Amino acid sequence: MKTLAQHTKDVPASRAFRPAVVFLPWVACVAVAFAVQLVAPALFDDYWVNVLRRVGVFVIAAVSLNIVNGITGQFSMGHAGFMAIGSYIGASTTYTGSLLLHGSVGDDSFAVQGTMLMLGGLVAGACAAAGAGYLVGLPSLRLRGDYLAIVTLGFGEIIRVLLELTSKQVDTADGARANPFAAFFSFNGPTGFFGTPAYASNFWIWLFVAITCVVAYRLKRSSSGRAFLSIREDEIAARAMGIDLTKYKVRAFVLAAAFGGVAGALFSHTGVNPSPTDAGFQRSFDIIIMVVLGGLGSISGSVLAAILLVLLPEMLRGLQEYRLVLYAVLLIVMMLVRPQGLFGVKEVWDLWGAKRKARGGTP
Amino acid sequence: MMQTATAPLPVPRSPLPAPLLAVTDLAVSYGAIRALHGISLTVNRGEIVTLIGGNGAGKTTTLRAISGLVKPAAGAIVYDGKSIAKQPPHEIVKLGLSHCPEGRGVFPQMSVAENLELGAYLRSDDAAIATDREKALDLFPRLRERLQQMAGTLSGGEQQMLAIARALLARPKLLLLDEPSLGLAPQIVQTIFRIIRDINEQGTTILLVEQNAHMALKVAHRAYVLEVGRIVMQGDAKELASSDEVRKAYLGAH
Repeated sequence: MKTLAQHTKDVPASRAFRPAVVFLPWVACVAVAFAVQLVAPALFDDYWVNVLRRVGVFVIAAVSLNIVNGITGQFSMGHAGFMAIGSYIGASTTYTGSLLLHGSVGDDSFAVQGTMLMLGGLVAGACAAAGAGYLVGLPSLRLRGDYLAIVTLGFGEIIRVLLELTSKQVDTADGARANPFAAFFSFNGPTGFFGTPAYASNFWIWLFVAITCVVAYRLKRSSSGRAFLSIREDEIAARAMGIDLTKYKVRAFVLAAAFGGVAGALFSHTGVNPSPTDAGFQRSFDIIIMVVLGGLGSISGSVLAAILLVLLPEMLRGLQEYRLVLYAVLLIVMMLVRPQGLFGVKEVWDLWGAKRKARGGTP
Repeated sequence: MMQTATAPLPVPRSPLPAPLLAVTDLAVSYGAIRALHGISLTVNRGEIVTLIGGNGAGKTTTLRAISGLVKPAAGAIVYDGKSIAKQPPHEIVKLGLSHCPEGRGVFPQMSVAENLELGAYLRSDDAAIATDREKALDLFPRLRERLQQMAGTLSGGEQQMLAIARALLARPKLLLLDEPSLGLAPQIVQTIFRIIRDINEQGTTILLVEQNAHMALKVAHRAYVLEVGRIVMQGDAKELASSDEVRKAYLGAH
C-alpha cells in the first residue's frame, strides 16, 4: 500500500496526469473481458460457460456489497433488493424497449441494437438502484450495527412484496405502445418477469466485473476510501478528524447499490427470469457470506470468495439443498478460526510482502 | 483570581485580544439526563487551560460540545469570533479546532502513516502537510520508527502519541485534548505532558481535560473545576493546586 511517506516524496508526480496509470486499467478491463469470452468456450462446455456468467454476476454483487459492508463497515443486509431493482429495470428496458422499437422481443437480426438496449438497461438499473441506495442510506445514518441490518433486511422484503404486487407482463407491441409507462412497470407479479433475451455474454459480464473491481480498488485507496475505512474503524474519531459521516455513508450506499444494480441487470440478461424472491433475504445472505468469507474490505478476497461460492454448489449439485447448512457451518468455522475473513482488509497480493513488513516494522 | 461558584462572579471584562474560545452558559442533555447545566469558560490565545473533575463531571461532554460531536441544548460557543454552537464537526475542524478524543481513538487497522494522513483529511496543501508531519514526528520520534506499523499494535502510550500527532496534522489553532493520561504508566504520562507543553510553546492553544489533576495543574496556566455539570471553581492553575478544597478533592491530600 502506498504510504504517506511515498506520497509526500513525490508530491508533484502523484498529482501529475500519468496516462499509463489512468488508462491502463480500463484497457486491461476490456482485455480481460475479451479473454474470458474467447478462452472460456475453448476450455469448457456450454454448461460451464453459462456458469461462468453467473460467477461474474456474483463477483460484481460481492465486490459492490464490500464497499458498504467491508470498507465502510455498515452492515447492510439488503443487497439483493438493490440487485432486484437493477434486474427488473434492466430487463424491462430491454424487453419493453424491444416491443416499442422493433415490435417483438429477441429478434436476433437486431443483435447490436439488442445489446444497446441492454446497456441502456444497465444504466437505468444502476440509476434506479442508486436512487434506492440513497433513500435507504439517508435514514440508516442514524442506525448502527444490528439496527441497520434490520432496516436493510426490511428494505429487501419491501422490494420483494412490491414486485409481487405488480401487474401482468405486457406481451404485445400494441399493448406496450398503448401505455408505455404502465408496460414498463408491469413486472408480472409473483411469477417473475420472463422473455428477456440473453444478451449478456461473458464479454459484457466480465467487462463489468473488471470495471467494478478497478473502481472498488481505486475507491478503497482514494481519499474517499480513507474516509470510508476510518468510519469503519472508529466513527467518533472519524468525525473528530472532520469527516462528514452523512456524506460518506450515503456515498458508500449509493455506489454499492449502483453496482449491485448493474449486477442484477446483467443477471436478468443471462436467460434467468428475475422473480420477486430474488430480492429476498436468502439472496442477500448469499452475497454477505461471500464478502465475509473473502474478508471485510478485501476486494480480491470478495472476488475469490464469490467464485468459490458459486462454483462449489455447482460441483456439489447433490448438496444444493444443504447449501444454507453449509454456509452456517462455514460461517461458524470462520468466526472461530479466522474472524477477519480469508484476507481481512488486505488484498491477495499484499500477503507476499506482509511478513517482511511486519519484521521491519518492529525494530 | 480564584472564586467559588457560590460567590457572585464579576462581569468578565474581555481583555483586548478577544479570547480564542468563549463558551457561555453551555448546556447539554443526553435524552432526559442533563450532563451540563450551563457552564461558561474562556480560553485565551497561547494558553493551556485545563478542565479537571471526577468521573461524570461533564468534562468529555464539554469537549464534545465544543467540537460539534454532540449538539448543545443551550448556550453559545464562540471560537475565533465565529459562533460554532450549531456547526457540524467537519466545519469546525476546518476552522482550526482539532479534537483528540478520549480513549485515543486511533484507527487500529491502519498504519501510523495512514492515521496521520487522516489527521490532515480536510487539507490539500501537500507541502505544508509534509512539513507539519515532520514537526509532529519530531515531537514523537517513536512514531517515526513505527510509521508502517498498524496503529492497533502500538502500546497505549504510543497510541496516545499518535492520537495527539494526528490531531496536530489538522494544523489546529486550538487543540482539545481529552484525558491524554488515561491508562498510561506514570513515566509515559510525564513524557506526554512534557510534549503537551512543547506543543503549546510552539504556539498552539490547548484545552486539556484531565482526571490526573496533579499533572494537569502543573502544566496548565488556568484551570476550571467541574462537578456534576457545573463549574465550581476557576482560576490560576498554581493557586488552584495549592487551594485546600482542590487538594482534598482531587490531589489526594488530607
